[in-house]
Parts: sequence; C-alpha cells; structure tokens
Amino acid sequence: MWVYVIRRILAVIPVMAVVAVVVFLILHLSPEDPAAIIAGDNAKSEDIDAIRQRLGLDRPLLIQFLEWVGRLLTGDLGSSIFLNRPVLQLIGERVEPTAALAVTTTIFSVVLAIPLGVVAAWKAGTWIDQLIMGLAVLAFSFPVFLIGYGLVYGLALEWELLPVQGFVSLSEDPGRFLAHLVLPTIALGLVYTALLARMTRATMLEILNEDYIRTARAKGLANGRVLIVHALKNAAVPIVTTVGVGIALLIGGVVVTESVFAIPGVGRLTIDAVLQRDYPVIQGVILAVAGVYVLINLAIDLTYTVLDPRIRY
Amino acid sequence: MSEHRKFRFGVAVHGALLAAGVAAATMVAPPAAAETTLKAVVHADLKILDPVWTTAFITNRHGYLIYDNLFGLNSKFEPQPQMVDKWTVSADKLTYTFTLRPGMKWHDGMPVTAADCVASLLRSWKREPMGQRLASFVASLDVVDASTFRLTLKEAYGLVLETLGKAATPAFMMPERIAKTDAMTQITEYVGSGPFIFVKDEWRPGNKVVYRKFADYVPRKEKADYLSGGKVAKVDRLEWLYIPDHNTALSALQAGEIDYYEAPPLDFVAVLEKNPKLQVIDIDPLGTQGVLRPNHLYPPFNNPKARQALLHIVKQEDYMRAVVGNPRLYRKFCGAYFMCGSDNESDVGAEPLRKQDFAKAKQLLKEAGYNGEKIVVMQPTDRAQYNAATMVTIQNLRKAGVNVDVQAMDWSTLLSRRAKKDPPYEGGYHIFHTTQGGPDTAMPVANTWFNSRCEKANPGWACDLELDKLVEEWSRESDRTKRKAILERIQKRAYESVPYVIYGQYTQPIAVRANVKGVLKAGIPIYWNIEKQ
Repeated sequence: MWVYVIRRILAVIPVMAVVAVVVFLILHLSPEDPAAIIAGDNAKSEDIDAIRQRLGLDRPLLIQFLEWVGRLLTGDLGSSIFLNRPVLQLIGERVEPTAALAVTTTIFSVVLAIPLGVVAAWKAGTWIDQLIMGLAVLAFSFPVFLIGYGLVYGLALEWELLPVQGFVSLSEDPGRFLAHLVLPTIALGLVYTALLARMTRATMLEILNEDYIRTARAKGLANGRVLIVHALKNAAVPIVTTVGVGIALLIGGVVVTESVFAIPGVGRLTIDAVLQRDYPVIQGVILAVAGVYVLINLAIDLTYTVLDPRIRY
Repeated sequence: MSEHRKFRFGVAVHGALLAAGVAAATMVAPPAAAETTLKAVVHADLKILDPVWTTAFITNRHGYLIYDNLFGLNSKFEPQPQMVDKWTVSADKLTYTFTLRPGMKWHDGMPVTAADCVASLLRSWKREPMGQRLASFVASLDVVDASTFRLTLKEAYGLVLETLGKAATPAFMMPERIAKTDAMTQITEYVGSGPFIFVKDEWRPGNKVVYRKFADYVPRKEKADYLSGGKVAKVDRLEWLYIPDHNTALSALQAGEIDYYEAPPLDFVAVLEKNPKLQVIDIDPLGTQGVLRPNHLYPPFNNPKARQALLHIVKQEDYMRAVVGNPRLYRKFCGAYFMCGSDNESDVGAEPLRKQDFAKAKQLLKEAGYNGEKIVVMQPTDRAQYNAATMVTIQNLRKAGVNVDVQAMDWSTLLSRRAKKDPPYEGGYHIFHTTQGGPDTAMPVANTWFNSRCEKANPGWACDLELDKLVEEWSRESDRTKRKAILERIQKRAYESVPYVIYGQYTQPIAVRANVKGVLKAGIPIYWNIEKQ
C-alpha cells in the first residue's frame, strides 16, 4: 500500500504543474492591471506606470513566470502585491475559519443526513420517506445566501440567539467560536445534508434488497442491527466518497457563506484577491486548494481499504 | 424495550444531542468589554498603509487616524493650524515660517521635530498633485531649529496654506527616518503622531484593523470643527471591520454588533431611518459629485462639440433618481464644477446642462463629425451607484442617436482599462463614470477630473491648456475677490471645453447606533470626538 501512496503523491506533481501554468497564464493574459487598483481611484497614468514598473509587472511574461516557478520550487508562493506579505502567511491566517467551517459543516451534515437517509430507506414509500425526501429537495433548492439571510433574520435579529457575523478563534474563546459557527454551518450544511441523505437512502435501498439482509432478518435480528451493522456498513463506500468530495467542495466553495457571514476564511481571501487582481495570492490559493483536493481524494481511496477488505492497493 | 423501539430511541437521542449542542453554543454570551471599543464597518478593506503611495480613500482615512497634519480645514473650508502653533508670512509673501506646537510626540515616544515635517512634506510633494504644484514654486524648505522650519518661494503663490491643509491625500507628518523612504516605495513602519495608534499585530487584512487611543496625544484646545481643532480620542479602542456584504453589515448594525456603518447603500437609508436604535447622519456638507468622463484622446470626444453634446443629453434629476433615489439626499440641479455649497460655487456657463435637448445633442455630434460609429461605454456592474449612472447615460445616448457599445465589467477591470490610452476598439474606451467630492473638488487646482493638462491629466486626458492657464492664474492669486472673478472665467471656459459632465451632486450619509455621540461633520468618516454612551 505504501508504494501506492507514494505513487499517488508523486502523481500530484504533474497535476500541480499543469494547474500552475494554466493559472499563471489565465491571470497574466487578462487585461487587468493591479497597478491601476493599487494607485487608487484618483491616480494619474504616470503614477500607475511607475507602480507597475516598481512591481515588475512590466517585464516580459516569460521572465515573470520563470521567477515565480523558481520561487515555487523552493516552497515560496511569493508575496501579495497589495499587502507585501508572504502568500503562505496570508493563507495560514485564513485556514482556521475555513477549516472550522468545513469540519462543523461536515459533522452537521453527516450526523443529520445518514440517520435521515437510513430512516428514509427503512420506511421507503411511506409518508416518513416522502417527508424526508421532500425536505431534501427543499434544502437543495434554496441558495445558500438565501438560507443564510433567513437564518440571520430569524435567529440573530428577531430572536437574538446568535451573532450575525464574524469569527472568533477557538483558542480565543471556545464558546464564542461555536456560537459564531452555528448559522454558517446550518446555511452551508443543509445542501450537503440533502445530498448525503439522498445518497444514503439510494445506497441503503439497494443493500436492503440483497439476499444477506433477507437472511439476517430471517434469522430474527433486530431492525436496528440489520440496518446499522449489516446494511449501513456495506453502504459506507459510496457514502464516504460523497462525504470526502463534499469536504473538498466545501474548502473550495465556502466563498458565499464566508461573504454572507463575514468570516475571514480562504474563500474570502480568494474573492478579494480576484477582485483586486492580486496575482500571487490567487495563484497561491489555487495551488493550495488543488493540493488539498488531491490529498482528500487520496484519503478517500485509503479509507476504502478499511471499509471494504476486498479493496487492496 | 424492543429492538425496533431501541432504534427509534437512538434516533431521538441523536437528534436531542444535536439540538442540545446547537443550544449550548447559542447560550454563550460574549465577555464584558474592559475598555470602550468602537466597531465600525468601513467602505473598503485596508490593504495599503502608505498614504503617499496610493490615493485610495481607505488609506487616506487610515492616515487621518494615525498621523497628524500641519493644517486642517474648518467647516468654512479655511486652513487652520493643527500641528503648527504659529506661523508668519513675509510682506512680499515669499517666506513662510512655521513653528510647531510644543509637547507633540510620535507613537514611539520621540518628540516631533521640524526636520520630521520637512522630510514628510518633501516625500508627499513628490506624488500629490497639489503638492507638486506648490513644489514648483518653492526655492527652499529649511529647518530653522527643532520646532521651526521655513518655506521660501521663488514667486508668490496663493495656495500655500490650502496645500498644507488639503483634505484629500494631505501631507501626513511622519518621523524623518520613515519620511526619507523613496516616494515610489511603500513605507514599512507605521509611526505617526495622530490621536490613534495602529496596532499592527492585530491587523488582519480582509477582516479587521485595530487602533488604540494614543495616550500622549496633545490635542489642540479649540473645539473640533470639520478637520481642524482638538482631535480628542474618546474611545480606547477602534476596530475597523471589513464586511463586504451590505445586508450582513446592516444586520450587524441592527443587532448592535457594530456601532458605525461608514457607507450604507443609499437604498438602505429609508430602512435605517425608521429604526429607533439607529441614527442616520450626513457628515459631508458638500457631498459627492457625479462625473461622466469622456475620453478626450479619440473621436468624437476629442472634439469639444461632441463633449458639449453630452451636456445636452444629461438631466441630473434622472441620474439622481437612479443613483440615489431619496430626494433628501441629492440636489435637483448643480452646475458648479467646484461643488454647490462651496465658496467656489458658480452657475456661469451651466445653461446647456440645465435643459435636456436631444435635438441639440444630435446637431452638435454631427458638427463634431460623428457618423454612427460605435461608442464604447464601460459599465461597472459591481458598483451600484456607477452602474445606475451608466445605464442612464446609455439610454440617453441612444435617444440622441448614438450607436452605443456597452461593455460590462467589474470595477477593478474598469480601473485598469481606463488608464490605457489604446483606441476605443482596441482595449480603450469612450466613456466611463466616477465620482469625487469634498473640499478638494471645490478647488480648481485640486479637482481631480478637472485637470486639463493633456498627458498629465487623469484618465480621459482632458486637454485644454487655455483652461489650465486660468487655473494657474487662480492659484497664484491670493485676493479672494479677484479669485472669484477668475473662477467664473474658468467655469465659463470649462463649459466650452467640457473636461467632464456633472451628472449630479448627492450625499452619502453614515449610520450609527443611537448611543454613539459626537460624530463630526468632517466630510469624511473620522473617529476622534466620538463616544459611546
């Protein structure tokens, strides 16, 4: 298995290289100019030219690319054009909010969705099944920002139970850390809950029609044991795949939630960098997120071996 | 209990635990504050900390907190001594001698000296246009002693104090070692002598900027008035929060999580005014001027007649309805290039702008040689106010028979593109919209988009050297009556030359919690004199 792990990690290198080249070219071939944004609304062209020259943005593209790649090979993602601070440091400062949101959302979705999916499969065709699946369709249909504003209006403004916005670090105050994460977790988690519940139900329905389930029931095993020990364990592989992909999508896709709840995470860092054309930050974040995607996929593949002894690498 | 029931019980317990977890999280209250903290949502993220390096408004406002100025404007827009204690001018108006107030310190505890101020002025004048103009008149700038410096001019100049006390991008004073940094290089140390200290360790770009009260600041004894007088910090800590989503910022203000909302969208004002826990305050007596900027480099707008045609398509009230909405916040008409409500307000020459006349616009465009070519209008879809103004212009241009090529983009792209001198169909443009405001706009030498010095003008490159000569003449004159006469000639010429078209003048109010007192009408959001009750 270690050979497989090493091979997969090595396979990351060409993937990252392609990502690096594509991202660099897309950004640098676009007509936007960070110097104009730095100079400000009332700047004259000569000021903008001077800033462009100072930042080295007027040099040939190939030179800029080679310099960037050279730094990249030494683990240096460069520095933000605007903040003059290392990209790695900026990403580091933003990891906690995004990771915290991804973890709480995943826990929320898994804890809610798997039981709901199992119950829906168990009660397939009844009003319980229809209710759960109906709610899942609703959760799918509402955009995250709408759910977010609705939650803020109800739970924060009207009932004053939770804060509207912001993030507090776990190390600073664990209670406020949790309080600030409740609304964004629900807003972001409902879609994943719906997805996971439907996936669990579909997989469980397939498993529940298998011969060995019929045999377990014929032996007089209790419903709970049949569902959890025999059926759910065998349905775990597609469910884990969905959870894993969900985490990867969460990390890359929390922009809207982070914006609605003013959470200073990686999503907000990316969108701010894109709006300001802060090339090194955009490049750095995309590379980092691509790396996380690859690692999560590897982790999912390795989890299969634990869940299904027939799978070996 | 049967297995079936056990399973149901398990599901119920599972749900209850989840609910309990959520409830527990909701019951945790924030700790009581040990000091007075004012939390303000600002209009932009503070990224650049050097007020000389950029003209960004947010950096300018950061500058006002941590730095101080030699002079500051009062509510009559007259420069008043701020760091300066006393000053004299020679009879021939060529030598100005300034003495600093005693007891002023930098945030690092060192005394403020004349050498610091001289170095700060020299660095600022390398970048700031009004300072550049003054610098062209300066023979020498010398340190006399630790608290005195002398400015000697080659010839008399009427705007020395106005330049030292200008409101936008003023010369902020820094310690000499910092001020000696090249003007094209960002400073890396942020030590001022202003009423607040920048707390670098707590700065989280994209999220929060923290300032704390400077205990050793010695405010002037005069009452605070606009940007002059005593700058008394009445809160211990100031937090600037960057919340880009306006709905979230509004909710945070309503919930009491923030105290001060710097630039609420104008369509929120009615909602805010109805909330008894909030106050909506107009802090800017002059307001904001809408600017429709044609590109003077290319046909048809390289011909004054085509630019004059633009005057005839604009009906300011239509723009203000689209951009602002609430009639309390805008003027029905303002034809003054140098702001209605200022000393330099004038209506001379503004007749073409007063009455919309599409037939006249068509005629002038024809005389300018326009023959149905596409006119590239840049539309910034992510800036609500500029977007609304652009849409009114597009509609009016079409009514005047113009073949409009609307190019939608975000504001950052527009900023990049408007700086390019390429032809309109090769990455350039014909028209964009922007705004400006405050006392600087009210002065011919400092009005950004009025600058008609061709290559040296701002994007759009207005080019009328005759107009520039008049501005020069105005700047040399120190007699107010004579200045007024020159100003009227300037405005008359401007309506022939049309550096830009004014599409309206309006106010951007701020919103604060009801317990926030002492907000100054200083044109821009400033945070001294404010207390929480």
